[in-house]
Amino acid sequence: MSGADLLFYLFAALALGAAVLVVSLRNPMYGAISLLATFLSIAALFLLRHAEFVAAVQIFVYGGGIMVLFLFVIMLVNLHRMRETTKYDRQTPLAAVLGVLLVALFVTVFAAASFGPPLARPEVFTAGARGISGNTQAVAWVLYRDYLLPFEIASLFLLIAMIGAVVLGRRT
Amino acid sequence: MLAVTTNHYLVLSFLLFTIGLFGIMARRNLITVLMSLELVLNSVNLNLVAFSYQLSDLTGQVFAVFTITVAAGEAAVGLGILIALFRLRETTQLDQAAELKG
Repeated sequence: MSGADLLFYLFAALALGAAVLVVSLRNPMYGAISLLATFLSIAALFLLRHAEFVAAVQIFVYGGGIMVLFLFVIMLVNLHRMRETTKYDRQTPLAAVLGVLLVALFVTVFAAASFGPPLARPEVFTAGARGISGNTQAVAWVLYRDYLLPFEIASLFLLIAMIGAVVLGRRT
Repeated sequence: MLAVTTNHYLVLSFLLFTIGLFGIMARRNLITVLMSLELVLNSVNLNLVAFSYQLSDLTGQVFAVFTITVAAGEAAVGLGILIALFRLRETTQLDQAAELKG
């Protein structure tokens, strides 16, 4: 077992533990901090799979943007008023049974599935316009050459989401 | 404990997915439900990146970037809805907003 494998098990355990804390902690503020731990662990797992650019975007967008948004909203709404209420919904037993069944089904399927060894062509992840240049340029090359239309649609989507968020948050 | 393969990533991704799904179904606080939704989207990204590595194809990574874009928009709109709900009801508990339940 190599060092990279050890790192996978370490960050996988971290991500899982923090994710369990996200759904089980009562105070959303602590939940948000656990969510940050999950995001950072998953960014480390991206690094282990040769996705350096996605890992950086994960830290910027999730760890930076989305996390700040969550923390702002948690501080904006009054937490004291929710303290007396119960944490879980009435459908929690059903959700738990469904979750256990899903885990049993998919872990069986995924653990049994065989994909063979990876293709192991690491130059794909670093090949930019002029030979070997890094993962960011390689991703940009695919993004702007093969997926230009989805890219533009994504920018339009962000504009719509921004307008929607402003309209929803407006004081009427 | 053995060498890490794509299967390991798939199992981890699915465990995260199910934890998030449980949070969405079971929790009553809208903030926590939105955070669980982020967990679900993140587990999908893990899957995409794992298969990108398995197949030595960058398309998976590009789509992970798209998923992150969608997650950012979803968080902004979801939290906007939360603010609107809080203004209307002075609460973020989901079962206090049950007009459509019939």
